[in-house]
Amino acid sequence: MPNIIEVNDLKKTFGSVEAVKGISFSVPQGATFAFLGPNGAGKSTTIKMLTTLLRPTSGTILIDDHDPARDPDAVRRVFGIVFQDPSLDEDLTAWENMELHGVLYGISRGTRRARISELLAFVEIDDRRDSYVREFSGGMKRRLEIARGLLHHPKIIFLDEPTLGLDPQTRKRMWDHLGMLREREGITIFFTTHYMDEADRNAETIAIIDHGSIVASGTGEDLKRQTRKESLEDAFLELTGHDIREEGASGLDHLRMMHRMRGR
Amino acid sequence: MLRTIWIMWLCELKKFSRSRSRIIGSLGQPILFLLALGYGLGGVFQAAGQGSYLQFLAPGVIGMAIIFTSIFNGVQIIWDRRFGFLKETLVAPVSRVAIMLGRTFGGATVATLQGCIVFVLTLAFGFHPYSWAFVIPAILVMFLTASLFSAFGITVASFVTDMQGFQLVLNFLVMPMFFLSGALFPLTHIPLLLRVLATIDPLSYGVDGMRALLINAPHFGIATDVTVLLAIMIAFLSIGSYRFTKLEF
Ligand SMILES: Nc1ncnc2c1ncn2[C@@H]1O[C@H](COP(=O)(O)OP(=O)(O)OP(=O)(O)O)[C@@H](O)[C@H]1O
Ligand SMILES: [Mg+2]
Repeated sequence: MPNIIEVNDLKKTFGSVEAVKGISFSVPQGATFAFLGPNGAGKSTTIKMLTTLLRPTSGTILIDDHDPARDPDAVRRVFGIVFQDPSLDEDLTAWENMELHGVLYGISRGTRRARISELLAFVEIDDRRDSYVREFSGGMKRRLEIARGLLHHPKIIFLDEPTLGLDPQTRKRMWDHLGMLREREGITIFFTTHYMDEADRNAETIAIIDHGSIVASGTGEDLKRQTRKESLEDAFLELTGHDIREEGASGLDHLRMMHRMRGR
Repeated sequence: MLRTIWIMWLCELKKFSRSRSRIIGSLGQPILFLLALGYGLGGVFQAAGQGSYLQFLAPGVIGMAIIFTSIFNGVQIIWDRRFGFLKETLVAPVSRVAIMLGRTFGGATVATLQGCIVFVLTLAFGFHPYSWAFVIPAILVMFLTASLFSAFGITVASFVTDMQGFQLVLNFLVMPMFFLSGALFPLTHIPLLLRVLATIDPLSYGVDGMRALLINAPHFGIATDVTVLLAIMIAFLSIGSYRFTKLEF
């Protein structure tokens, strides 16, 4: 299988902070790839560079043979994404959020409607399609975001902590859905998570990133063997240490707090 | 391109039509100004030989509704960037200029509708336009003003990423632009400094345009007003669009 994601010596610095320090990896088409790492390791920053939201400081990226810096629109057509932070319009209904996405991706009306109905049924929110998103539970919002990310038949889906705050039932259901998609459409899945069992169970390849560098990668079994640990969780702790990452109260955290206080 | 502008515009309008509480809430301030200033200062204004203050004030209060609604709509992007669906639109394979234009004109349309609601409100307070024929052109001036400030709000939001920045914008840009604009006082017989400030304040031209059309009492003249508004609007649309194409996360 050819590699659909190819990353070489990718770096990103924010002022004096080196968020990503020259990482290289590749993901074969149709594979499921997990990106694990403690808070602030550089996972989201990497995803943002892969998805044209952030320009790399240096290094090269190829997504389905396109360079995000040179041909962003070609890259944008290739992937769907579920962001770490919420990205739905809460004052629109589930259906309208899907419609907006479909129109932006230039999907014709007939196809769009059929595909939206199908996907809403797939994530089991078709009975709530005309409710405002602000009335949804966290799990429903997440499922809607996943459905939306799949609407334009992307070749790759990026999922940045997709199961954060979801109950085990919903998590399992989500992965069943994604497994079905892999079989049916051969979609490539690139995800981050803090649940080790999730990565172990679903990913063929796991890369562990810490302080902006990939410290180990391979199958779950490889990582356990390398560290001589029973579980991926222990292997992870062995590789990344036991320190809790200090994340200063940045402007971003402040904004997150304001956001919560606004009750959205 | 047009499809993108259209869908972004439509979403803004849909949301506005649903937020009844927001519409009603935004009427509080205009009512207060019409009551406290329109009625409160009316006697003094009249005694000074300036005619009816309510007539003079009404276009200013409409201008106030427009500037606040449109700038807040633009500045909303500070949140939207992180928690809203803005980043979703920025990874879509569409022109970012189209997204910027759709949002600007959506926000401007919403602000113009607010302006029209306040206009109806001023009628209830006893305002009467000197000719009904000019109400439609006055609404066009409202839309022009609203577009200018929506584009301005979005441009500012593209530079500001946190709440402190937002407070700064509110206190050092929006409030002064409103109070120095001649929305509340005539621009004749004022100290030079104030006159200079009013002359460089875009809102002055929006309010003046409405005064020209609604009470036939312009200061700069409608041709100047429209020219200045258009020029500044295009400037902010350009800067905002440019910033939007460079927006990162
Ligand atoms: N826009 C930014 N400006 C400055 N620093 C940033 C910015 N975005 C991220 N960083 C910093 O880069 C580092 C990596 O952040 P990133 O969000 O990629 O971590 P992460 O692995 O996704 O963590 P988490 O598990 O908490 O989501 C952190 O130190 C963070 O503070
Ligand atoms: Mg992250």
